[in-house]
Amino acid sequence: MATAVDSVGADAGDSADGGAEYERAFDAAVAADERIEPRDWMPDAYRATLVRQIAQHAHSEIIGMQPEANWITRAPSLRRKAILMAKVQDEAGHGLYLYSAAETLGTGRDELLDKLHSGRQKYSSIFNYPTLTWADVGAIGWLVDGAAITNQVPLCRCSYGPYARAMVRICKEESFHQRQGYELLLALSRGTPEQHAMAQDAVDRWWWPSLMMFGPPDTESQHSAQSMAWKIKRHSNDELRQRFVDICVPQAESLGLTLPDPDLRWNEERGQHDFGPIDWTEFRDVLAGNGPCNEERLTRRRRAHEEGAWVRESAAAHAAKHTTGETGATHG
Amino acid sequence: MTTTPRSGTRAPSRDAVLTAAALALGDDALVLSHRLGEWVGHAPVLEEEVALSNIALDLLGQARVLLSMAGDEDELAFLREERAFRNLQLVEQPNGDFAHTIARQLYFSTYQYLLHTELAAGDGPLAPLAGKAVKEVAYHRDHAEQWTLRLGDGTDTGHTRMQRAVDALWRYTGEMFQPVEGLDVDWPDLETSWLERITQVLGRATLTVPGSPRTGAWAAGAGRQGLHTESFGRMLAEMQHLHRSHPGAAW
Repeated sequence: MATAVDSVGADAGDSADGGAEYERAFDAAVAADERIEPRDWMPDAYRATLVRQIAQHAHSEIIGMQPEANWITRAPSLRRKAILMAKVQDEAGHGLYLYSAAETLGTGRDELLDKLHSGRQKYSSIFNYPTLTWADVGAIGWLVDGAAITNQVPLCRCSYGPYARAMVRICKEESFHQRQGYELLLALSRGTPEQHAMAQDAVDRWWWPSLMMFGPPDTESQHSAQSMAWKIKRHSNDELRQRFVDICVPQAESLGLTLPDPDLRWNEERGQHDFGPIDWTEFRDVLAGNGPCNEERLTRRRRAHEEGAWVRESAAAHAAKHTTGETGATHG
Repeated sequence: MTTTPRSGTRAPSRDAVLTAAALALGDDALVLSHRLGEWVGHAPVLEEEVALSNIALDLLGQARVLLSMAGDEDELAFLREERAFRNLQLVEQPNGDFAHTIARQLYFSTYQYLLHTELAAGDGPLAPLAGKAVKEVAYHRDHAEQWTLRLGDGTDTGHTRMQRAVDALWRYTGEMFQPVEGLDVDWPDLETSWLERITQVLGRATLTVPGSPRTGAWAAGAGRQGLHTESFGRMLAEMQHLHRSHPGAAW
């Protein structure tokens, strides 16, 4: 609870002095690592940044269902099919938590979905890459979920309470998904030569896009400084990217797979891995809508929404008819 | 390892009967689960992404237990040809629009609920499984009934589409009550209970109970004999292709 903010007089915001007092209280709460809650005063820019970030996070969960759902009907064993279905279901659930968190900031899910569908809000660029083989499902679990966890664990301590709490729940499930992805790749790596090659090919295609998930380099990241000051973000893009590389290298070794970077090597002096340059042109292209699947992903999402309009309308009409409760939606 | 039951000259053993029954019910769950899995990423509202995949996952869980009673679950799922599958034709019907999916769910989950309730009350080898499944299926039936009401008694469009779906799938409902050997069930009684429940739900949803025959030109029970509809082969081709492309591989 942001008690420092709560304690400011209720009408203090009406005067310029009062506004400044609110701001000081907010800054003090953030500095003291207190959580900001929905009814607390917060700077407009803080609110706007959070709406943007949480909404894009929610959109990523929803769009992120597509590349994996692409393999549900083709999963090669019933056990793997069950795991994949459960995972994609979790992602829809994460999307729902996150839209709820965003709604505490005074926006609505419908409005956010409209922004997604019209391209005014983005989702993670990683989901614009295609899943071409079954091994991609494993590579997404290991690398994409791994990168997401590296990014998201610090968000569990984010200054905005509803977001931080959503992240605690999400991170638990994500780390489960990540282990499943790793285990899937391990089974392939130790399988037939064809399976091993399939796993290596998937890692070769997903490695660099996963590194791009941490965002542009610190020198070009437009929101970073302010987000860190507000304790929405706790670490810079490059710090998190480095941490991820250092985690992945030994994991790749135990998987028996290589990472597609000839410059990747241990740097004794830094105590970290050096790695090769990221193709930021590709990153910007994908972000600008020109990645391999941008068009397909958005089109599919829009189509699901448009084709489902009559269902939502019918449910609303039914609810309106039966609000007095004589029959209807609450009966079993 | 036991695979598909073969019709032999000898009378089938008790094990063979159980295998055939487990296969019939396991195939129902497997095939419907697969169809629901096709919805993922296409649902009309996010809550339905969760609900449909949840139901699909329950059914897949049931299928795995049942197929494992009959043999190796993956061999049975991925290496049998279309003619060896014993599922009802109802569950293999394409998803169609949301109303078709809901009508299929309504018909099947009502049947499955009644069947599992009866099996769970008996002392047959499937009783423990049915006891667990009935809890899941109660939720599936509730989900289907709620949506039948929302679509049937919502907008005009919803009503028209729901009625169309209810009508279109009606002819696949007769085969559900063809006795499955090895299941100690009062089939005519099951059918009566099913019709009562369906009539009641459709009535509350302001829909008309179809007056058309409940079987198509195929004899009722065709699916149980391995006679399927055309779209089923394509569904299996998709489901099985990866597994079949890597003979003997472990996943």
